[in-house]
Amino acid sequence: MAQILLKSISKKFKDETVIEDLNLEIKDGSFTVLVGPSGCGKSTTLRMVAGLEKQSSGEIWIDDVCVNDTPPGLRDVAMVFQNYALYPTMTVRGNIEFGLKNRGVSKSERGKLVKDISEIVGLAPYLDKKPQSLSGGQRQRVALARAMVKQPKVFILDEPLSNLDAKLRNQMRTELIQLHKRLGTTFVYVTHDQVEAMSMGDEIVVMNMGAIQQADSPMKLYQDPANLFTAQFIGTPAMNIMNMQEVQGLDIRSDRPVGYVGFRPEQGLMNPAQQVEGLELKGEILTRESLGAENIYQIRSQAGVFFVKTFLKPLESADHVNITIPYNELFYFGTDGERLYGAGIHARHLAAGGVLI
Amino acid sequence: MKAIDIGTAPGRPLGGIRTKQALLRKMVSFILRLLNTAGLLLLILIFAMPFVWMLSTSLKTLPETMIFPPEWIPHHPVWSNYIDAWQTGPFLHYLTNSVIISVSILILQMLTIIPASYAFARYKFIGSGFLFGVVMVTLMIPNQLIFLPVYLELSAFKLLNTHLGLILPFASSAFGIFLLRQAFRQISDELLEAARLDQAAEWKIIVRIMVPMVKPVLVTFALFSFIAHWNDYFWPLVMTTNEVARTLPIGIAKIREVEGVGTWNILMAGNVILVAPILVAFFLSQRHIIKAFVYNGVK
Repeated sequence: MAQILLKSISKKFKDETVIEDLNLEIKDGSFTVLVGPSGCGKSTTLRMVAGLEKQSSGEIWIDDVCVNDTPPGLRDVAMVFQNYALYPTMTVRGNIEFGLKNRGVSKSERGKLVKDISEIVGLAPYLDKKPQSLSGGQRQRVALARAMVKQPKVFILDEPLSNLDAKLRNQMRTELIQLHKRLGTTFVYVTHDQVEAMSMGDEIVVMNMGAIQQADSPMKLYQDPANLFTAQFIGTPAMNIMNMQEVQGLDIRSDRPVGYVGFRPEQGLMNPAQQVEGLELKGEILTRESLGAENIYQIRSQAGVFFVKTFLKPLESADHVNITIPYNELFYFGTDGERLYGAGIHARHLAAGGVLI
Repeated sequence: MKAIDIGTAPGRPLGGIRTKQALLRKMVSFILRLLNTAGLLLLILIFAMPFVWMLSTSLKTLPETMIFPPEWIPHHPVWSNYIDAWQTGPFLHYLTNSVIISVSILILQMLTIIPASYAFARYKFIGSGFLFGVVMVTLMIPNQLIFLPVYLELSAFKLLNTHLGLILPFASSAFGIFLLRQAFRQISDELLEAARLDQAAEWKIIVRIMVPMVKPVLVTFALFSFIAHWNDYFWPLVMTTNEVARTLPIGIAKIREVEGVGTWNILMAGNVILVAPILVAFFLSQRHIIKAFVYNGVK
């Protein structure tokens, strides 16, 4: 159980600044996911917490201890690597107890710990096998067991599921969530997959270009993105963003100039039966993806190409459709990409339509 | 491939042609396989013949060694040739010397090349590139070029005619450092990081994780080194003036002095004695050597 504090961290590789002035608080017992495109600095941040990378400046605190000069083995963190990094010349048992041996845990206690852990992750029959003879999922479990057995304050997981096939990934995802519930330890998880982030994290940190874009709970992130980047990174398909100049029929009041307007694909109503007050777009359907319960349309309009998602409705066959987005489902962004919270539709529109925000 | 396309095209009864084509292809592949096998057999013959010749000659009587055309299998194997060879000199003494020197060199080399190659592979320190370059350069200097200064040096330290004088010049091996460095470099960084997070000290990482992973390469090098120093004739010859530290190859060469120039059967018996331990060593490590050449780590 530990809270992690990053205080104005920056990291330079030679002349290249990867991370600049990063401040982050990872709450005790949380499942915090660092998410962002590759090269955004999320893995570097994680590795600095683990002590595998030294920050160029700033402080890292785990609980009440500044761990700047603590070597990785003594930080009380355990890490699961993307390619598992199992010791290939040791058996599963050897892999799991290596850390315990180095800590000087007695043989009888080691045996008991290994037995308990291997039962939790379902590895008991494989304890005397070498990692090479295990499947991807089993190797993943060995890596988890190796981390768990040390009972660390912090679990660090660096894209642990990316080497698994889709089905196994879903299964392990659930298992990891359950594991976190059971252990109650702080989990710090890195992924580039926003679906993984949304489904697992109770706290998500969106990063881009070495800076934190937004740190919030999954729903807050989805419903209330702080900027264009977060809005476009979270959600499948991502939020539709249109250039304000290309959108017609919007009368916005705002203290600052509006650069972009956006809406979530599922908020676009296709050929609505009743009158809805909102932004109307006429367009031509370019592609239709039917996923069973939901359909995704790619539509070209005067304001640009966007996506619309419908649920439990028959596939639309017409080429030309009307899309209406209720005014209160529109997001406004400044020309710099920052969210404009104060912006809204001018009062007379609302009065005419009678819709309350 | 075309033959199949024609044959399977609907409405064209070309089944006969198809079988013929298939037969032809089968024959071509059979002949190719035959040639391949024949080539390999020829290679084996070329490499094995000297050994078979040595073994055969070592069991012949002296007149038999002169018969032309030569006979491959002696009529009455003369096992006493081995006893004769053994008795030409203090062979037990030579053998002990050979074992002491080859094994000591091997152990010393392991102790020096493992840390050196690990440092070159895994650390970036001031002058690491330059130092590695220096090590590589020594690979290109033949023994014959440096034996004189080394001789003088050993002489100054009163190490001529001692085991140490034959061991110390080979305490490390540039070739070994090079080979092992490449092997260490192939191991992924994450494995080391995992070990560091497991609170393993640096020496423990080397002993418990890194060395076991490069074991095939290490065994291969050990065998090369053992063979080279077991068979070495030049260095012990130059660095010794009496029998105290002399090794087997010199003893074998001395058979000629003792028994006369033409006693090939005794000489070959001596050679078999010399080669036998190497064959044993090779059979013991064969498995690892093959692994070393197909080595690509664990994915």
